Amino acid sequence: MSTKSKHIIKTTNLSIGYSSKKKVNTIATNLNIELKKGNLVCLLGKNGVGKSTLLRTLTKVQPALSGDIFINDKNLNNLNNLDLAKSLSLVLTERLPESTLSVYEIVALGRQPYTNWVDKLSEKDLKIINRAIEQTNTKHLINSKYYELSDGQLQKVLIARALAQNTKIIILDEPTAHLDIHHTIETFTLLKKLAKEFNKTIIVSTHEVNIALQLSDVLMLMTSANFIAGKTEELIENNSLNQLFDSDLISFNKTLKQFTISNF
Amino acid sequence: MVNPIKSYRKTFIILIITLLLIFFVNISLGSVYIPLKQIFLSLFDGQVEKESWKSIVLNYRLPKAITAIIVGSGLSISGLLMQTLFRNPLAGPFVLGISSGASLGVAILILGASYLGANISSYSFTSWGQAIAASIGSFLVLSAVMLAAIKVRNTMSILIIGLMFGSLTAAVISVLAYFSSANQLQQYMFWSFGSLGNLSWKEISALLIVFIIGILFVVFIIKPLNSLLLGENYAKSMGVNVKRTRNFTLIATSLLTGVITAFSGPIAFIGLAVPHLTKLLFSTSNHKTLLPAVAISGSIIMLICDSIAQLPNSEYTLPINAITSLFGAPIIIWLLVRKRKINY
Repeated sequence: MSTKSKHIIKTTNLSIGYSSKKKVNTIATNLNIELKKGNLVCLLGKNGVGKSTLLRTLTKVQPALSGDIFINDKNLNNLNNLDLAKSLSLVLTERLPESTLSVYEIVALGRQPYTNWVDKLSEKDLKIINRAIEQTNTKHLINSKYYELSDGQLQKVLIARALAQNTKIIILDEPTAHLDIHHTIETFTLLKKLAKEFNKTIIVSTHEVNIALQLSDVLMLMTSANFIAGKTEELIENNSLNQLFDSDLISFNKTLKQFTISNF
Repeated sequence: MVNPIKSYRKTFIILIITLLLIFFVNISLGSVYIPLKQIFLSLFDGQVEKESWKSIVLNYRLPKAITAIIVGSGLSISGLLMQTLFRNPLAGPFVLGISSGASLGVAILILGASYLGANISSYSFTSWGQAIAASIGSFLVLSAVMLAAIKVRNTMSILIIGLMFGSLTAAVISVLAYFSSANQLQQYMFWSFGSLGNLSWKEISALLIVFIIGILFVVFIIKPLNSLLLGENYAKSMGVNVKRTRNFTLIATSLLTGVITAFSGPIAFIGLAVPHLTKLLFSTSNHKTLLPAVAISGSIIMLICDSIAQLPNSEYTLPINAITSLFGAPIIIWLLVRKRKINY
């Protein structure tokens, strides 16, 4: 084990963006990320700065322009979809297509990378599904159809599905975008608990800056000019957060550890 | 530990018993009255009072009932596959241009026979000739749709491209029809009415072999089809090869719908209506349950339509396509008017 690096996700000189035949649209370059196991990582940045593009690249939904991504010391390019599905699971912002799936069925779908070709759930699968349901406190919902759920409940169910996939890494794209403050905090504390107690590495892109400052172990700050990643306390201490919005309207207050409205 | 996903065993047992009952009712009906006991005797190789009865049952009614089951289940499965793939409740087995291709093939054979020369026109009245023309036609139009499908990334565009090819072939058929004789037009109309009868055991074997190959493709995509219910991105994140699943779905639908249309003509509405009806009985999106369920209900409904089409105790047989649409259209309208949540 000593030869293995302790980083579960590592990128070297990563460039992200979109390329077509005609032109290359680079969104960010020179991204060097090193993430340890069991951390809650929050990805912060303004709208349109490329948070989703970074997450899409890390999850192999779109290719990197250049540079390398290592998941568990394995190059992402050498992992096939199924290998990746066993080390990384997703919670997306997109709406689910219409169907009559029940909550239990959605969580059970998380076992697909492990089941045989007829998708038979083994005793072990059933245990893992039940554990995921207990961890997210969704037991009372299992027989409901997913369209009967509130946004907050649905978000927990989707996290349960990702947990059933039993991966070391879970990536969530703006999981609290539609939620009120109560459910937002509930979701973030759940994620924090999962990272701490079950040693998951959880990457969340979010606009809930003040919650992220209180709960995350690591922050990744994305601005159009640069990319800063580091421990949350250190970034607070060295005033890196002030660059995040590059605006006269808000500024970072170090003593309050919060963003506040300036000149008001 | 108990798996809480509902298995619907009871509903399946009831459906299978219904299927068996309808199957025997279908065989016992026809222009010639044959006592029920004699029908059983002819099916199970016993001594039958009249040799002609045995011949009617074995060479006419039984092949027709089996064809009805293959056609009903194949079209319903194809309809469900298309509705899942395109996430559109109005998708059916013919959205890939298969029926328009088959119609074009047969139209060229029958309506264009005079331009094709005597050699070919002599085939235009045989069912093999029409089956081959329909197969070639649907293969060509389907290939064109598929080629376009490879070029476009968006799954919805395939749906529109399929529809466009449909109106293109319809236009060609109109032009052909304009220059055709009344006799040729009638012949073409008869084909387009669809028919379950007139198939020999040899033709049924051909139909069955392709049907089974199509079903084999379906079996391999049950699991990825379920993860596609969460959308393509989630499916991909669970290790599903989305492109291969899409291709397998298209191949399975082409084989099933293609061979059925080749032998029994463009049978409308079954593929569109049966999945919706089935979803009223089975409140699930799980393809492990839905696929066998639509296959059985499709067979039942096709057998019922065929029994009605024979107009019991009369010499007339109504066109099967008229019956399926007479039956299918009101149901779709009823579902929409009642605002029943149609899921796909």
